[in-house]
Order: sequence, then structure tokens, then C-alpha cells
Amino acid sequence: MRPDTRGYFGRFGGRFVPETLMPALEELNDAYNSVREDPTFNKELAWYLKNYVGRPSPLYFASGLSKFLGGARIYLKREDLNHTGAHKINNTIGQALLAKRMQKRRMIAETGAGQHGVATATAAALLGFECVVFMGEEDIVRQHLNVVRMELLGAQVIPVHAGSRTLKDALNEALRDWVTNVRDTYYLIGSVAGPHPYPVMVRDFQAVIGRETRAQVLSETGRLPDVIVACVGGGSNAMGIFYPFLDETEVRLIGVEAAGEGLETERHAATLNRGRPGVLHGAMSYIIQDTQGQISPVHSVSAGLDYPGVGPEHAFLKETGRVTYTSATDNEALAAFQLLSRTEGILPALESAHAIAEAARLAPAMTGDQIVVVNLSGRGDKDVETVSSLLKGAEA
Amino acid sequence: MSRIDKTFQALRRNGDRGLITYITGGDPGLPATLQLLLAMARSGADIIEVGIPFSDPIADGPVIQAASNRALAHGVTVDGILETISLAREKTAVPLVLMTYYNPIFQYGLEPFCRMAVKSGADGLIVPDLPLEESGPLRVHADRYGIDLIPLIAPTSTPERVTGICAQARGFVYCVAVTGVTGARERIETDLAVLSGLVRGCTSHPVAIGFGISGPEAASRAASYCDAVVVGSAIVSLVAQNDFKGVELLTADLKKALKSSRFDV
Repeated sequence: MRPDTRGYFGRFGGRFVPETLMPALEELNDAYNSVREDPTFNKELAWYLKNYVGRPSPLYFASGLSKFLGGARIYLKREDLNHTGAHKINNTIGQALLAKRMQKRRMIAETGAGQHGVATATAAALLGFECVVFMGEEDIVRQHLNVVRMELLGAQVIPVHAGSRTLKDALNEALRDWVTNVRDTYYLIGSVAGPHPYPVMVRDFQAVIGRETRAQVLSETGRLPDVIVACVGGGSNAMGIFYPFLDETEVRLIGVEAAGEGLETERHAATLNRGRPGVLHGAMSYIIQDTQGQISPVHSVSAGLDYPGVGPEHAFLKETGRVTYTSATDNEALAAFQLLSRTEGILPALESAHAIAEAARLAPAMTGDQIVVVNLSGRGDKDVETVSSLLKGAEA
Repeated sequence: MSRIDKTFQALRRNGDRGLITYITGGDPGLPATLQLLLAMARSGADIIEVGIPFSDPIADGPVIQAASNRALAHGVTVDGILETISLAREKTAVPLVLMTYYNPIFQYGLEPFCRMAVKSGADGLIVPDLPLEESGPLRVHADRYGIDLIPLIAPTSTPERVTGICAQARGFVYCVAVTGVTGARERIETDLAVLSGLVRGCTSHPVAIGFGISGPEAASRAASYCDAVVVGSAIVSLVAQNDFKGVELLTADLKKALKSSRFDV
């Protein structure tokens, strides 16, 4: 059973946080364990996922994309069609229902691309929490639309000026807020990162993606897919779709990290490809760091992947070899964004476009009876300004 | 007997409360760190904490975050700080305690870090993101080389946790006075009598109180409940203004506020 009782996946995971938070993490772990197998809780969660989020999300055969690439049949798991436009809501509804049971009144979250912030603000509005979202200043600029959405949902968005002014720093600031307001505040982490029990809890709430995918692909094709591809920043959408397939060793699982301007440069966010084990944000995992153990600046065109850490279970799956972690550059992601838009009429989130880029590399070398499933973790509306300015820049 | 034990024994003999001061190593440069260490020791600091900066200090408020950034911008390294510690050790017997996050230690290597820290003359180690449950691997090496791994207790710590933490304590027990990050506060809301009572019930190790102590008055109030008071951000704020003379004056004022005449011994 993974993780173990201390929250370890092999040598990764654990709880590296100030003592002030340890009792809160124990309380959270107990509360989560008490609802995990509780039929009433799961029924309530299932009700919201169906009637509010719009699940199950379709598994869509992308015939236009498949035909264009030639080779494997590509299916898209349409998490972009969820309410709020990404997979993030699966987790925020689950945790918000838990927070309600724990009788917390205030909810805080970090956000990079803003998708998790929007999903948290949404769950808070739905279930009646005060909501504060920490967001790096740089991300506030590049994901302005999501800032407006959060504010319309009644959340307070607090700009984080520290450090690289991106997701990592938003997480630091959220942790500091939690240390200060731990008694009445629920910290809703958006990825499979952070101290135990967050990695396991977020994975479990996101595993609905993989469970549905499994049932859908079996009913539609009568077999399991050959390959499943998902992008990896912190890694929640990937963990969600991979998890129910971990024991199906004939299914290849591929996580795609952000190579930014290239793995050979210093401007990337490919933690599992280029990082080393270390401790950041409460867990032992891979991190991008210098020789002194200081966290290095990272870069990706996609704010949601622009993170120097990764969930501890991914670090474990990398070391066991069960999952292969590749990468796609900013340019490859941009090309994939355009490719999917034109062949399927679907604008993917820039994060998800990294997974499309990998599928586009794989499919042509495969045969027409083989199946690739791509987790289309979010929609690209939030990225249109970024993409259009980058494309204009490329023309100039 | 360790330098930390000797210091507390002397304080207890006189009925004084100890003064523990903090500066971030390498802010605004290692020569300044050496100068500040010696100046604080001269002005009455009984123990000095030296921070090894980390890029993502989640237990620290804005003042120490800024100090960490300044130090890192100067390119400070673990070895650089340890070298500064050894230079200070040539000139003072004051106990020196390193304070840093787990990742810089982990990257240096737990065993080499403890070995080199002791060799440089450091006496203790505080790691704010290393709770009891994760502290075993580091404590093995700390014990082997004889550097005290000093634990933190928070206002939120349950009695069960306090018992467990105190059982593994070395040197002294550091009680965090506020539910929050480092930084001077106008008021301390925590019932320090209860917090320190809980710790005293579990251990005979000395008790220090820190986080949020803004100056001599606050230090004197907190001192009724402990053996030593830690002052960090208030000092680092002066360092940020390059007011080294101010650091000496504040240290002296704090020390005065902790003299035995002010307490029921």
C-alpha cells in the first residue's frame, strides 16, 4: 500500500513542515481517512461531480488529429469540458467537502495558471467558505482572465512579490498564511505535492479521471490503451489518469514535463528530467536546485508547469521506471496548441498542449490498431492572449 | 559539558535569563557577519544563532526573508558560513547555533554537514522544517559528532507531541511564541505560561522562547516563563539598515532586561 503511514512513496514524500502545522496535518489525515471509505461522503462527492462538474467527461476519439498525424488512434480525455475548464475542480470539490466536515470557515490556495485558484474560488462560493488565493505577480499578469474570474467568484487574490513571483512563491506564501491561521483555515493544495496527506488525497480525488478512462476505453474499443500521456507540473492530472493503470504494466505511461527553451538551457521546468532529490514545500521529491540546495529559477510558457518541484509519487514512479518522463519545449507546446485547434476545433490549455506534443511525436511511429490516450487537462481560453502574442513575436 | 549546557548553568546560578540573538549569515556579507557575531557576544548575547539562508524560507516573515535574499545575492555558501563560524570561534566562547532549512543540509550531506559544523565550532542546530517524525536521520549524525539538534514546540503542539519532542531534545527546547512565522509582533497572544509549563513538565532541558519578541519589554515579559529569550527579526531589521551600532545597543538593552533582579528566581 502506497504511501506508507508516514506518507512515503519509497524514499519520497513525508512531512517537512514547521511544528506549528504538524497537528493540523494529523487532523487532516485523520479526517481524510475517516471519509475515504465513507459511503455518505462518497455519495455526496459523486453527486457534485455528476451534477455540478459535469462528469463523466467524454473520452473523445480525435479522428482529425489521428488522421493528420497518421499511425495510432488518439483519444482525448476531455477534462477541459469540466465546469471551470480543467481537471482542478475534481480535487477542489473533494477537499472543500472535507473542509466542510472539519468545520473550517476559511479556505486558502496557491495558484499558478489560475485554474486551481478558480476551481478553489468556485468550490468556496458553492459551499460557503471565505476564500483567499495566493498568486505570483508574474502569473497575475500572464493569466489576468483567471484573476478576474476568481474575484467575480468572491475570492480575494493576494499578489506574491517574493522570489520568482510564480507558483513556487505562491505556495510559500500560502504555507506562511496557514502557519499563521491554522486553527480556522483549510489549506486546499492543488497538486499531488506538499506534505502528507496532500499527495495521496489529491491523487485519490483526481483518480476519477483514470477510472472513467479505463471504463470508457474498454467499452469503446474492448481493450486497454497502449499509451497514456499527460503533462506534469506538480503532477495532479497525470497522477489522476495514471493511478488506476499502475498495475496494468502493458499500458505505457508517459509524463511530459516543460522543457521551456530547452533542457540544455537553464530555462526549463523539467524537474524529473533535470532535478535532484531534495525537500521543497513539505515533501522529499525531485527539485530543481543549485549545488547549495537553493531552489533554482525555472521557466515554462505555461504558468501551470512553471514549478521547480513535482509530486513525490512521480519521483517514486520515475525511479521504479513504471512511468517515463519526457519533455516538450515552449515551441513544441505552441505548435501542438495550434495543431489541436486546427485539426479538432479544440483550444487546449498550454499545459495540456505539452501532452499533445508528446502524442504527436509518438503516434506516427505507431500502427492504426494502437491507442494513445491524452489527458486534455484543461481548455486554452485562458492562454489565448499569451499564444497570440507569442505567435505575433514569431512572425516579427 | 557542552558550551550550551555551561551557559545555561551559569545563567541559572545567577538567576538571569539568557539572551539568544539571531542574524542571517552573509547579510550583508560574511565579514559583516563575523563583526556582528563578535559585537553581539561582547554586548551580552549568551547564545547566537546564525542563519544559513534558504531561497524558500516558509517559517520566516518578511524581515528574515529579505535578509536571506540579500545574503544569497552576495553568493553566500554553507562552507562560507562555517568558515565565518570558525573565525568567530577563535575569538569567543559564546555558543553558536546554526539555523537553516532541511534542503541545504540535505544537499551538503547530513554526515558531512554535522562533521564540518562541529569542526567549525558550532554547538547547536535548529531546522524549522524538520519536525520530530523526520528528524531521525539528521539526529544520528548530530549526536555522533556532538552538535545539539534543538527542537521547536509550537502553540499548536499537542501534549502528546510535546512529550515526544522533549524526549529527543538536545541543548534546549525552543518554544515558538506565536502561531505564525518569524517577525516582531506588537502583542503575543499565546499563553506562554501554559506553553512553557507543558514543556517543563516533560523535560529538564532549558526552555527558550522566540518568534515575535519585538524588544526589551517583550523580552522581559516572555522571560518570566523561560530560561532564555530569542530575538531575531528586530536585530535583522537593524542589520538591514546597516545600523551595526544599533545591533550592539539593542543587544545590551535586551541583556539588561533579562537580568535576575527583574524576576522572581
